[in-house]
Amino acid sequence: MSEVSSQKPVVNSQTEPVAAAPRPAKWTASDYWRLATDFFRAAGAVVWKDLAAELRSKELLSAMLVFSLLVVLIFNFALELERSRATLATVVSGVLWVTFIFAGTIGLNRSLAMEKDRGSLDGLLLAPVDRSAIYFGKTAGNLLFMALVEVIILPLLSVLFNLSLLHPLLLLVVLLGTLGYAAVGTLLASMAIHSRARDVMLPILLFPVAIPVLVASVKASAAILAAAGWDEIGPWVNLLIGYDVIFVAVAFMVFDYVVEE
Amino acid sequence: MEKPNRGLQILNIASAGLLVVATGLVFLYAPQERTMGEVQRIFYFHVPSAWVSFLAFLVTFVAGIAYLRGGNRRWDIVARSSVEVGLLFTVMTIITGSIWARPAWNTWWTWDPRLTTYTIMALIYVAYIMLRQGLEDPERRARFAAVYGIVGFISVPITFMSIRWWRTIHPVVIGSGSATAQGGFDMTSRMLVTFLFSLFTFTVLYFCFLANRVRLENLAERVEQLKAKLLSA
Repeated sequence: MSEVSSQKPVVNSQTEPVAAAPRPAKWTASDYWRLATDFFRAAGAVVWKDLAAELRSKELLSAMLVFSLLVVLIFNFALELERSRATLATVVSGVLWVTFIFAGTIGLNRSLAMEKDRGSLDGLLLAPVDRSAIYFGKTAGNLLFMALVEVIILPLLSVLFNLSLLHPLLLLVVLLGTLGYAAVGTLLASMAIHSRARDVMLPILLFPVAIPVLVASVKASAAILAAAGWDEIGPWVNLLIGYDVIFVAVAFMVFDYVVEE
Repeated sequence: MEKPNRGLQILNIASAGLLVVATGLVFLYAPQERTMGEVQRIFYFHVPSAWVSFLAFLVTFVAGIAYLRGGNRRWDIVARSSVEVGLLFTVMTIITGSIWARPAWNTWWTWDPRLTTYTIMALIYVAYIMLRQGLEDPERRARFAAVYGIVGFISVPITFMSIRWWRTIHPVVIGSGSATAQGGFDMTSRMLVTFLFSLFTFTVLYFCFLANRVRLENLAERVEQLKAKLLSA
């Protein structure tokens, strides 16, 4: 264990390839521990790489943020949000999620397309790590970027529509919904970037599959904003958790086939 | 052109014969429904079409898994053919449903959970075909399509559940319906016979279409090979 933690990060390619490591005849707890730490260090390295690249260029986050603001602005004109005080909770939760999902699509597309255009995807795949660790890292990175945008948009919307959106339960729903969206989105975006019309392909592939996330998140958010009880919010939160678990598991199983060359 | 093999010929003739008998049963044998009248007869086409579309997408799902496990191109052809046949039956279901809904619900369309889920499912498989068209490398196309066929199929029941929690007005003829359903009815034994026969006919029809579509794909591939041979010669 101490020897594992003294190793350098996996991306440095100094470490022993995991795949080539001799498989012990009998698996002990420390073997599993080593596998798990390797996996999470590899995933963490992918997230760190995305974050470092973004901190330098800042192009993805700024694009997502400006785009989100524009969507909110357009909804404000289209739906006349100010006038209908009575239905504000329902309408705002819808606006909120459509904004997040549109911004998320931009982020997902850019995050995977950049990997392909700069040839760094091939580099990532050459790294001697489990490929699902790459998937996990990319998903976590996309989740992080979407969450950063949401952290800025939520207080802003609260001010703009004079409605408190910083409810702890709402933040949980936002996190669960974003997780499900990023998990499926990362998988589908890694397919969409290979397609000829890749910019339009992602939403076409992703939206019909992500409808349960949208429905459950909008319904749960509306119930929370309308100060409803847990019996009204609970089923939607459970549905979100179920969706997240199922699709993270499915994506883990099939991601190897998507990046196999 | 080479003739279809014996089994396929029998399947083609059998499906045509069954379809004639089924149509006869629907219009001559099945009694008229009391409240809805003649328009209820569309039920014998509507429900089997819907069943066949689900069956077709299930076949795509299973064929996708089989392709990813073994890498046999036959499974990819089956998956792709099944989506096309499934979409045909999906469109038939939506059209027959609308024709029935106009007199029964007094509207062509309503945002009922079943109708909405069904439309979303149709869009998933339209996206499946668009994904295939956007990819050039046949091996990658097969892999991606298999993955999307799996992800899409798993999402359909979850979508249905998420939308069902709003009340439904779609009738449930088999099993217990919800209290708000409109246009439901109890089947007499003659209706049941007609319905089951129609269900069987459509299932046979599905396999007939699928087999022909797979044959067409194989022939198209042969043509491609012959062309390549001719050019290289």
